[in-house]
Amino acid sequence: MSDTRIEVTPGMFSLAERKVSWKSTIVMAAFTLFVFFFFGIFGKDQPVTYKITADDARFVLPALDTMSNTVGIVAGILLAVMTVVAAIWVSRKQDVPLWWVIIFGAVALFAFLGWLAAGSVVPIAFLLGNALILAVPIIFGGLSGVMSERVGVVNISIEAQLIAGAFVGAVVGTLTGNLYVALIAAMIAGSLLGMVLAVFAVRYLADQIIVGVVLNVLVIGITNFLFSQWLANDSDSTNFPGTFPIISLPLLSDLPVLGPVLFENRLTVFGVFLAVPLLWWVLFRSKLGLRARSVGEYPLAADTVGIDVGRTRFWWVSLGGLLAGFGGAALTIGNVGAFGKEMTAGQGFIALAVVILGRWHPIYMSAAALLFGFSIILRVWANQVSPGIPTDFILMVPYLVTIIAVVGFVGKVRAPAADGQPYLKE
Amino acid sequence: MILKEILSTGATRVAAAIIMGFVIGSLFIFFSAEDFIDGVASGDAGAAVAGGLGAIGAGYEALFRGAIFNARADTLIEGFKPLTETIRFAGPLIAAGLGISLGFRVGLFNIGGNGQMMFGILWGTYVSTRMDLPFGIHVLVAVLATILGSAALGAFVGYLKARTGAHEVIVTIMLNYISIYLFTWFIRSPELLQDPTAGGTPKSDPPAVTAQLPELFAGTYKVHAGVFLVAFAVWFYWWLMERSSIGYRFRMVGHNPHAARTSGINVERTYIAAMFASAALIGIGAAHQSLGIQVGYTESIHASIGFDGITVALLGGGNAIGILFAGLLFGAFKAGGPQMQVIGVSSEVLGIIQGAIVLFIAAPPLIRAIFRLPALKETPGLEKLRSRILKREVTK
Repeated sequence: MSDTRIEVTPGMFSLAERKVSWKSTIVMAAFTLFVFFFFGIFGKDQPVTYKITADDARFVLPALDTMSNTVGIVAGILLAVMTVVAAIWVSRKQDVPLWWVIIFGAVALFAFLGWLAAGSVVPIAFLLGNALILAVPIIFGGLSGVMSERVGVVNISIEAQLIAGAFVGAVVGTLTGNLYVALIAAMIAGSLLGMVLAVFAVRYLADQIIVGVVLNVLVIGITNFLFSQWLANDSDSTNFPGTFPIISLPLLSDLPVLGPVLFENRLTVFGVFLAVPLLWWVLFRSKLGLRARSVGEYPLAADTVGIDVGRTRFWWVSLGGLLAGFGGAALTIGNVGAFGKEMTAGQGFIALAVVILGRWHPIYMSAAALLFGFSIILRVWANQVSPGIPTDFILMVPYLVTIIAVVGFVGKVRAPAADGQPYLKE
Repeated sequence: MILKEILSTGATRVAAAIIMGFVIGSLFIFFSAEDFIDGVASGDAGAAVAGGLGAIGAGYEALFRGAIFNARADTLIEGFKPLTETIRFAGPLIAAGLGISLGFRVGLFNIGGNGQMMFGILWGTYVSTRMDLPFGIHVLVAVLATILGSAALGAFVGYLKARTGAHEVIVTIMLNYISIYLFTWFIRSPELLQDPTAGGTPKSDPPAVTAQLPELFAGTYKVHAGVFLVAFAVWFYWWLMERSSIGYRFRMVGHNPHAARTSGINVERTYIAAMFASAALIGIGAAHQSLGIQVGYTESIHASIGFDGITVALLGGGNAIGILFAGLLFGAFKAGGPQMQVIGVSSEVLGIIQGAIVLFIAAPPLIRAIFRLPALKETPGLEKLRSRILKREVTK
């Protein structure tokens, strides 16, 4: 049970043994060729308009009118340059920085949008704004995952925490008529689930993956049951909470493009701006975070210097659940209002994936979550703008990108060393 | 003393967990029953309690009637139909449970059962609806195509893990979505697998008559030859994990990959083989599910069996017989659910029972505390009894 040995990997202790991989460069080259030929040379010879700002924005920027295949060619050349720069980095035995990869992805995405919307308009502000709103539950679920995995508890039950938050948020919001009370109730529901996971993992030394899976089954079962037995029959008085008002922050929301996208939103979206940097600061810049990470990496050592491993794990997992409960509420009272049966539709599992994709780092995790938020709005928009293309393939894109990213860029990600291992004090 | 030893066994804990699961389910039925709520509203406590208890009784009676024996049927043969339905629903669950359990024992968490099923069904659907083969051979080829299709996707996950270290949880989750969309695209396109009469909706052709798993009691029961596939899967899992040298390697890697590597086992290749075998077993469930029906299907044919298989594997506790019974229990829930719905108890309560049972299984100390079961390290009395029954020496 107390098997907490750490695998020694090359590069862990000295930089001399570091090896850099060419994999990411090869993947980038493949993307470059695809964009250049498929969207560019053999692309659609039709005009496309990139509408940067919304029509009702205070400062309307001029829209960019161009040809779909021109965008493909220009983007292809740009990507080629970026690939060459990445190759130079790798040949000097340096890692390609993640932000470079993110910019690369953004350029490729820009060309993809131009190809999709050939003969039509790309509403950039609309897409970005909705991507952010749809990513909120995934980001908060991911924060819950980061918090619990950083202290060594695998959290498969993010889905359960999200759906519990969504359910409690909608029902309490309707019954009390006060959405702030509903939000707090949703957070409590999420943290209670976190506590159950923590108690089973810390106190009963149960297999964390199993407890997580079971909590999912249980909570989905409970919400399904209550939904069909109770909410479905009497939705006006139980499942009609309304949503938070849209707040626009003065001055900030007047900024061009990003202003309305970022600063004209519901409370739940602003929660992201607060929670993500805060968790980053606590994890990597505070004593509290250092202790927490030591518990996740090497509980025996942490215990030796007087850190209470069990208590640390309990509180971090529970507070993570609190955040996921918030994210669940963002699905109902922060976006659509009413609760729907199994409305999380696997977003908790996506959150699980973005935690790994974002290397257990709150900010990288959020970037990955935004990709999924973007894909959700993309499928809606692509259906309208070019009905002919097989949307099943567009639906696949974010999942394919994730696999490629995991295989090509992330590779052997190193989880917190004691992730998933119960710690038994001897 | 013997009694105390019996109480400390895993089997007792499983029984206790199942009882607790039903108790928790009863609480939900009780407090949500309409008669109970009406009784509370009118201030009549007696009527409320009676109403709640009545709902519990009626609910579980309906479950029994839908899953085991229907006493209201005209004939005895008709009366046993629910039992055969339970067997039919249990088949894919058992197969998927075996596959996921195999992964667990190698230290792999295969959360991609749904995707592997769909990828197998994609190949199976091509064989069963687009190929013309003689009777007998057709069904065999269709079954094999389904199993190998599933297994190929599993092996791909194992390959990615072995080659690049990509985490199998994340890859299988992603492949779930990818396979489902891929299948939808195939059954949306008339030139591929769409039923030509389906119009704009994505739907496949029904499997050709020669490719269907034949019904065993045509006209009476719907249970079909897939039962034999599942029986084979149970035997195969037992043989593979307990008797074969590959299974020994699987278990060794699952126990401690570092030690396994030190003793000369190729851990990477073992991961690929284990994912292949895990997905192949799930593929048997996929064949049972898709070739056992006479109508066309949509992408929801997987019925989330890949996920349910996880709970089956957990309740089954890693051994073939345990998984068989776990699958039968949850198959009974699937068969009996609609009957509960008919009498006004939401069948979703079965999901709660299912979750509660496995939750208690997952935490032995908790269930021991509730039922005050003893925790013994050794059970010498039971060992002696077992050896007397099996007529062999106590191995110490």
